[in-house]
Amino acid sequence: MSALHIKKGSTRHSAYNLRPTFSDVEERHTIAVLVENEPGVLARVIGLFSGRGYNIESLTVAEVDHTGHLSRITIVTTGTPQVIEQIKAQLGRIIPVHEVHDLTVEGPSVERELAMLKVVSTGEKRVEALRLADIFRANVVDSTLSSFIFEITGAPEKIDAFADLMRPLGLAEIARTGVAALLRGE
Amino acid sequence: MKREMTGARMVVQALKDQGVDTVFGYPGGAVLPIYDELFVQNDIRHILVRHEQGAVHAAEGYARSTGRPGVVLVTSGPGATNAVTGITDALMDSIPVVVITGQVPTFMIGSDAFQEADTVGITRPCTKHNWLVKDTDRLAETIHEAFHVATAGRPGPVLVDIPKDVQFATGTYVPPRPSTSHYQPQVKGDPEEITELVAAIETAERPVFYTGGGVINSGPAASQLLRELVDATGFPITSTLMGLGAYPASGPNWLGMLGMHGLYEANMAMHDCDLMIAIGARFDDRITGRIDAFSPNSKKAHIDIDPSSINKVVKTDIPIVGDVAHVLEDILKIWKSRGRKTRAEAVEKWHARIDAWRKIDCLAYRNTEKTIQPQYALQRLEALTRERDRYICTEVGQHQMWAAQFMGFDEPGRLMTSGGLGTMGYGFPASIGVQLAHPEALVINVAGDASWLMNMQEMGTAAQYDLPVKQFILNNERLGMVRQWQELLHGSRYSHSWSESLPDFVKLAEAFGAKGILCDDPADLDDAIKEMIEHDGPVIFDCVVEKHANCFPMIPSGKAHNEMLLGEASTEGAIESGGAVLV
Repeated sequence: MSALHIKKGSTRHSAYNLRPTFSDVEERHTIAVLVENEPGVLARVIGLFSGRGYNIESLTVAEVDHTGHLSRITIVTTGTPQVIEQIKAQLGRIIPVHEVHDLTVEGPSVERELAMLKVVSTGEKRVEALRLADIFRANVVDSTLSSFIFEITGAPEKIDAFADLMRPLGLAEIARTGVAALLRGE
Repeated sequence: MKREMTGARMVVQALKDQGVDTVFGYPGGAVLPIYDELFVQNDIRHILVRHEQGAVHAAEGYARSTGRPGVVLVTSGPGATNAVTGITDALMDSIPVVVITGQVPTFMIGSDAFQEADTVGITRPCTKHNWLVKDTDRLAETIHEAFHVATAGRPGPVLVDIPKDVQFATGTYVPPRPSTSHYQPQVKGDPEEITELVAAIETAERPVFYTGGGVINSGPAASQLLRELVDATGFPITSTLMGLGAYPASGPNWLGMLGMHGLYEANMAMHDCDLMIAIGARFDDRITGRIDAFSPNSKKAHIDIDPSSINKVVKTDIPIVGDVAHVLEDILKIWKSRGRKTRAEAVEKWHARIDAWRKIDCLAYRNTEKTIQPQYALQRLEALTRERDRYICTEVGQHQMWAAQFMGFDEPGRLMTSGGLGTMGYGFPASIGVQLAHPEALVINVAGDASWLMNMQEMGTAAQYDLPVKQFILNNERLGMVRQWQELLHGSRYSHSWSESLPDFVKLAEAFGAKGILCDDPADLDDAIKEMIEHDGPVIFDCVVEKHANCFPMIPSGKAHNEMLLGEASTEGAIESGGAVLV
């Protein structure tokens, strides 16, 4: 169907007991949804989450196959196993949805997020911000005499940690892309 | 065969090529080009309803009684928004309906133009899928895809929104072809799971079939296979409101409907069974009662074409995703090949227990000589129409539950009722759709006075097309089910639940050139019903009944299947505060 080498199957098996479904423990899952890039498709996915009361922690979307007009939506969500199974089954019902993959179950997977942080400071704080950015392998993409914009890529936790460190050093604004994720291996 | 034509002509051509013979609609500015094309042809019959909600319900009635998708044509803005209740109703009950809406021209979309509404936005959560067509060249294939999506897998309503300039523009028409859509739901069940179910059938001591509307949606073959399996195993069977008729009410293993107003023996069998075989049913809250006390000791198998139905409410031990007919065929094949085994002796004991529950006679009511009891009215209606080629529609409320309890359905597609959404005003327009699909049949809408008034404007449609639909109104001058709940839950404070200023139904019928019959005496009831049946034309039957009758048996909100209230039981404090928040 596409040249993306994404294994089919999780949609079909979403109803089956991959693990205990009726537990009260909330889990965090990363779900990749391959959709036809047609008008309104994102609204259908978001409307499903709001209409049925599911959580969205992070959502990213972009066309990944320009000839096939396929977009990949990556959603990070939390819920009990039963809710997670429902989310996948409900996503599978949306007509333009081609594939649903629970990367947390099918995993292991790699998760990355990009963030830009504007840090406004002078003197010691400015030097410290630059030093920490170096440790975190963040790049400076804009600079004035009193500010930096850092670009950082990594797992969401790494970005959280970097942002926490920048806060006392003059963090003024932050923009995050949300999580993109792929399964490891072939 | 490709041809050039206008978008408007394409719509009509695509409908013809999809085998559509009837369209329910209401014209308006944004669909005039399509109406112009309807005017110059005779293959498709257009039925002019009196309100767009009625168009969708009529299409639902047509669809459910024929198994073919119903088609609706309405204009932009208010035409589309009026259709929303009907579309949502079709979604909840999985009825295939194709709704075509006009839209303001593409260059005016987003400008708050006259009669503009974001129709695809408004209907996105209440359709199975919808499309805004911006290019005439894509119109034909979109309509064909709409029919595919509406009918494939779990059926449902779809909507195609067509801007007026797209209707005027010329494009290339493509006829339907075998669907190239990526949407191809899985129909065959997993053989391993099916074998596991067969093994469970072989060892079950207290089995029960719990069937739903999915059996009927799967087609006539599914009902036939269900009958074969039930009769061959000898297992008892109950059904949801939506599934009535898939297994005949006159069949030897029939328990009656289950659920909130289901039969005592059906609910007790569900509670005490050791194997529950759910087929095309979705464990709705009207069915299950209190979830944590629902059938506590049973192994549960669930056959459904929609994977999201499985494990949604109740944990399933044997999940089977597939079309009911396909799965039943495989169950029978495997069960027969393994020697048609059941624990016959244990199942017989189980039947004996069920017979003891049946002896409670949960539908018993006190009949009266001076006043017509609603249950009695439906018993007589049943007795006098049972042998006929009969279709029953209902509105929503007490009368609906009494119809399900006191009328027997021996074939699928003979009961049209709003189950999931519970739409008052469904039955009358649905009866119009049914009558158009089955002109020779006896079509009766069992109604309550309050529900019937919600779409009474459709008397105009019934009169215009001389449709002999019988409106059998159980008139208690109340919103009976609301009144019942207020009695049970709200200290008999009957807040706004009575019908003031009801019309004189006989005069109302006559005002539309139809026949009106009033009956308020049990002694006259049989003759009056016969008069209604014999009249060749629409009839409003004003059946004046007991005003304070309650519908029993009843599982109170927040209670389990084995905690049913029976008719004679005291209802004081039956629903605890925890249950009161439930609807």
